[in-house]
Amino acid sequence: MRSRRFRWPAAALLCALFSSLWFVAHAAPQPVPDTLTQRLLACATCHARVDARGNPVNDSFYPRIGGKPAGYLYHQLRNFQDGRRHYPVMTYLVEHLPDAYLREIADHFAAQAPTVLPPSASVLSPALRERGRQLVHDGDKVRGIPACIACHGARLTGVQPAIPGLLGLPRDYVNAQFGAWRNGVRRAHAPDCMGHIAARLSPDDVAAISGWLAAQPLPPDARPADSIARPLPLLCGSAP
Amino acid sequence: MMKTVRIVVLAVGSLVILAIALAWPRAGFVPASSPDAWATTPANIARGAYLARAGDCIACHTARGGVAYAGGRALDTPFGRFYGPNLTPDRTTGIGAWSADDFWHALHNGIAPSGRLLYPAFPYTNYTKVTRPDADALFAYFRSLPPQRQANRPHEIRFPYNQQALLAGWRLLYFRPAEFKAQSARSASWNRGAYLVEGLGHCSACHGARNSLGATDGALAGGMIPSLGWYAPSLTANAEAGLGDWSEAHIVALLGTGISPRGSATGPMAEVVARSLQHLSPSDLSAMAGYLTSLAATPSVPQPAPAPAGEQVLAEGGRIYAAQCAACHGDDGKGRSPAYPPLAGNRAVTITPAVNAIRMTVNGGFPPGTRGNPRPYGMPPFGHELNDAQVAAVLTWVRASWGNAGAPVTAPEVNRYRGVALD
Repeated sequence: MRSRRFRWPAAALLCALFSSLWFVAHAAPQPVPDTLTQRLLACATCHARVDARGNPVNDSFYPRIGGKPAGYLYHQLRNFQDGRRHYPVMTYLVEHLPDAYLREIADHFAAQAPTVLPPSASVLSPALRERGRQLVHDGDKVRGIPACIACHGARLTGVQPAIPGLLGLPRDYVNAQFGAWRNGVRRAHAPDCMGHIAARLSPDDVAAISGWLAAQPLPPDARPADSIARPLPLLCGSAP
Repeated sequence: MMKTVRIVVLAVGSLVILAIALAWPRAGFVPASSPDAWATTPANIARGAYLARAGDCIACHTARGGVAYAGGRALDTPFGRFYGPNLTPDRTTGIGAWSADDFWHALHNGIAPSGRLLYPAFPYTNYTKVTRPDADALFAYFRSLPPQRQANRPHEIRFPYNQQALLAGWRLLYFRPAEFKAQSARSASWNRGAYLVEGLGHCSACHGARNSLGATDGALAGGMIPSLGWYAPSLTANAEAGLGDWSEAHIVALLGTGISPRGSATGPMAEVVARSLQHLSPSDLSAMAGYLTSLAATPSVPQPAPAPAGEQVLAEGGRIYAAQCAACHGDDGKGRSPAYPPLAGNRAVTITPAVNAIRMTVNGGFPPGTRGNPRPYGMPPFGHELNDAQVAAVLTWVRASWGNAGAPVTAPEVNRYRGVALD
């Protein structure tokens, strides 16, 4: 009986509290969060696409960048800025950002957990699939092509601080990168190891590698390995 | 009879020749005060480095990813493609064999040491106002750079524009060597601002309207930047970027940091802020702002009210705005300064042509990273999310909301400016 007496005043108080909260929320706009996530929404729109339910979308072209080694990401930002990679929107976006900010951006995305995407169904013939597996794991000694795993790690998740992982990438994206290396429109710091490798691969080899890679599931912990056996089979200016 | 005709023809002919001779741009010459003026002393080099930034020389004289000032950046124009030459003191490929007088002649008269006439893609129509002491300091700075052997790429200019005789005619029509004349009725700061804006800053190179022969009258009446496909708004018309009703503090903020409560520097202006203006002293930026606000406003030509957009388009545009834009720019279009500029009353959004607003929507962008704003907030590109008709709808809605009164945007316009123009 006694408690009922307090119900109405309490409800009124709650109403007043909520309405004042509502008023505050609507009268003064929230300050813009001072976070890199907020500052870098321009990156997420392509590199972290989600569907209407918030699930990651494996887009046909844009590569995921979350969890890639920071050194690799930083080099790519510089490569776009300095014209060693050609994708006009990327160059336009990063062109006038200072170096210190580029490093922060690279660290920010490197610190994210790698996005786990389901592998795409293999579209390769059995022979081509075997050729892809062979190139990735063993390379082609006759033609001087090292195995992908020799640099990108036994689990193909990349190696700190500057070698990228190769799983979870759209097949079209991997094909496009090999094409760009062959045509000299994707370059890295000299000696450009991937440029040399791309020049030795036939179009069938490229299709075999990209198709095989895209069909592999990511391991549970898809973070880059801490180190890899040195020396690498080829000299790489971006991973000395 | 024949004799009279001959006399008349002769007289008219000599008059024409006399007129051309009188109108011919005469090379002006001001001697250096002394060789000390261009000696590579720390003081001269520091002053020259500052002036080189004020002139944004690096923009045209450095290729993407190339050695600073070693040349090679392409400048596309309606007349062909120009390549900025090597300004480092290499003796064979740069300006290592030039004298201080040679440098002055190039800057002031637009003539190379060989006597070749320079193309006004090099804005000597502005630089002619640079004083001899400043030219000498610039020369000292360029001579202090490490020489870089990098051959100049020959310009790729179409016939007939590649003919020196035609260029001589162009200069006859549009160029006179001139010295900056300070106006004694104005303050020292105003004169400094005028000197920087009209001379080294060469603002009119983009913000001046160009005629079909590529000449500007030096006024800042706005125009499309050829080939780049961005619109450099008028700095005198209040309907555009006219700065008459901007506070000086906001202009200084925009020039010095790339952001201001009125709007952000984007597109080619982001480059100008990043490479040039952010490095200028606060007093020089205020001088430029003061000069710009003092310019007589271009009388606004009454425009016929734009044909209102269809209700369906506006409804679609409003839906897209709520879903994609409102989170940052607000339901009220006021933005959240300084991270997100307002769209209500922002003339960069409402001017015609709508090209800048289209480019920002399709390609997004970051304001330049500057000392005053080292970690800018970015605008996402929407080109992969929205098709041409959707971009047109949302811009049409923005240009008609919150008191904005910009003409509707059409899908073909959006399509035309979808790509990113890079050199």
